[in-house]
Amino acid sequence: MSEMKFSDEHEWIRLDGDIGTVGITDYAQEQLGDVVYVELPEIGKQVKSGDEMAVVESVKAASEVYAPVSGEVTEVNETLSDAPETVNADALGAGWFVKIRLGDPSELDKLMDEAAYSAFTAGLG
Amino acid sequence: MAATSRTPGTITGNRGLQIEEPLIFEQGTAGRTGVDLAEPVPREDRLGGLAREGEIGLPGLSEPEVMRHFMRLSQKNFAIDSGFYPLGSCTMKHNPRLNERLARLPGLADLHPMQPEATVQGALELIDSLARWLKVLTGMEAVALSPAAGAQGELCGMMCIRAALEAKGDARRRVLVPESAHGTNPATAAACGYDIDAVANNARGRVDLAAVKAKLGDDVAGIMLTNPNTCGLFEDEILEIAEAVHEVGAYFYCDGANFNAIVGKVRPGDLGIDAMHLNLHKTFSTPHGGGGPGSGPVVLSGGLAPFAPLPFVVHGKEGFRLVEHRGRSEDEGLSAIGRLKGFHGQMGMFVRALAYMMSHGADGLRQVAEDAVLNANYLLAGLKDVLTVSYPGPCMHEVLFDDGFLEDTGVSTLDFAKALIDEGFHPTTIYFPLVVHGAMLMEPTETESKASLDQFIATVRGLAAGARSGDAAKFHDAPKLTPRRRLDETGAARHPVLRWRPAPDKAAE
Repeated sequence: MSEMKFSDEHEWIRLDGDIGTVGITDYAQEQLGDVVYVELPEIGKQVKSGDEMAVVESVKAASEVYAPVSGEVTEVNETLSDAPETVNADALGAGWFVKIRLGDPSELDKLMDEAAYSAFTAGLG
Repeated sequence: MAATSRTPGTITGNRGLQIEEPLIFEQGTAGRTGVDLAEPVPREDRLGGLAREGEIGLPGLSEPEVMRHFMRLSQKNFAIDSGFYPLGSCTMKHNPRLNERLARLPGLADLHPMQPEATVQGALELIDSLARWLKVLTGMEAVALSPAAGAQGELCGMMCIRAALEAKGDARRRVLVPESAHGTNPATAAACGYDIDAVANNARGRVDLAAVKAKLGDDVAGIMLTNPNTCGLFEDEILEIAEAVHEVGAYFYCDGANFNAIVGKVRPGDLGIDAMHLNLHKTFSTPHGGGGPGSGPVVLSGGLAPFAPLPFVVHGKEGFRLVEHRGRSEDEGLSAIGRLKGFHGQMGMFVRALAYMMSHGADGLRQVAEDAVLNANYLLAGLKDVLTVSYPGPCMHEVLFDDGFLEDTGVSTLDFAKALIDEGFHPTTIYFPLVVHGAMLMEPTETESKASLDQFIATVRGLAAGARSGDAAKFHDAPKLTPRRRLDETGAARHPVLRWRPAPDKAAE
């Protein structure tokens, strides 16, 4: 698997072959607080980079989750509908949202690596 | 953590005169009743086999038991009549008793909406007078009185905008909504079929004019903007925004939730606004929520007036008349968007709002705005050195703080709000608007005395000092003195219990 990349909308993606697993970052789950509901897209949906792809709702707010890359949704994390707390417990692992078959892997180059994302969130205060 | 029990430690479980009260279904004895009715005379069964077979489980209580039940529940409620209620953006002001007295006059309270018009001329004149004064105060051409609350008023205004665009054969896709908007604004635009395009705020807490201009185009139907905005600030580039919006053929919707800050001082019609709702239950002192209902009339510019919903009152040859169906001319509702609500709107609220306007007069309403702004600035001045002011003052009718002052204390905005409950205050609005971190939005309204503001300031200063001195446990434990302790909001959202069911042992009987 490749290294994890990050978007400025606080999504992460990790590539395995041509399939990217996408979730929200630890910073995002911490800002949201206790996650109580996750709305996931239909399998087979075509998304473009920057499209609204899912919704995450916490006790504080509801937020959109954007597709960090373009492609087709091949799998969604069904366990989140019964256990949305997984997003808080393990945002970068078991709390993943969707898997996307990438249309254009070069889009990954536009995303941040871990160091750049850490610097980005540090700047948000 | 301090050894505080979740129960009060009394024999009864009561906290002094704050009495524990089970649900009514958990009380009483089957068959007990507060009324003495004769045994029903047996009649021929015409239910065709549909008669109930089991018990329906109504609780059996005597009249004094019923009285105590509802009295105790009412005593658990916190209302503007019980204490300071600084809920930002909600304008929780006193509801004058004069309004209530007039709304209870039999000639108004006992009317039926389907009475012949000739028998309700006074009521129709009252509606007409309210409409006229709302137009005078806002400098707008028309008003639709029927919307039942602010959100329906928004929908009404946006439907009129959509109808006006479609009448020109110019259907558009996008509506611009600032990031600091009330959540109802994007929800309304979406419900009206538009795509939402968020506009950023500038560093001064106002909508960024350049960002608005950059997003404008010939597919933009309108902008929904609140003024004063939810940061408690006057949108000082509103004229430029209106001009830019109109230049691309779009309409300007203003969320009038915060009209309380400018009533009698600024006429929205002079700001280039095309449609704006007025929350009678905010600015015009009619009750909120449970004491309501709300009422959200919408004022409209000349361009949108033909699309106003039915019904409306007109002055005819034989007195006042209601236009309830689309007629053959614009004056008779030819282009009306239709009907949004049964009957004529919230008549009881019309009476109260007109009573409020007439008892205050033009000078009084101006003073409402001035005192509301003065009180909010008094809070700002009294708290700015201990809390973190999000944007430099002066503010309008409400003041916004963020959680900078709580940094590294282990206390969150939510904890701070809960601690206010133990001190006898309704918490401020928290975590809204979303444009600052850990927001606390305070709106004192003009009806609070200096003494109550001073007490609140002293309390918040004390709590802030407590939080910074490391007493985080006290905040995490709050509220301690309420009928129930901190609610598990996460559990309630993740595993909601939507229906009461009898305890298992009873169900087995």
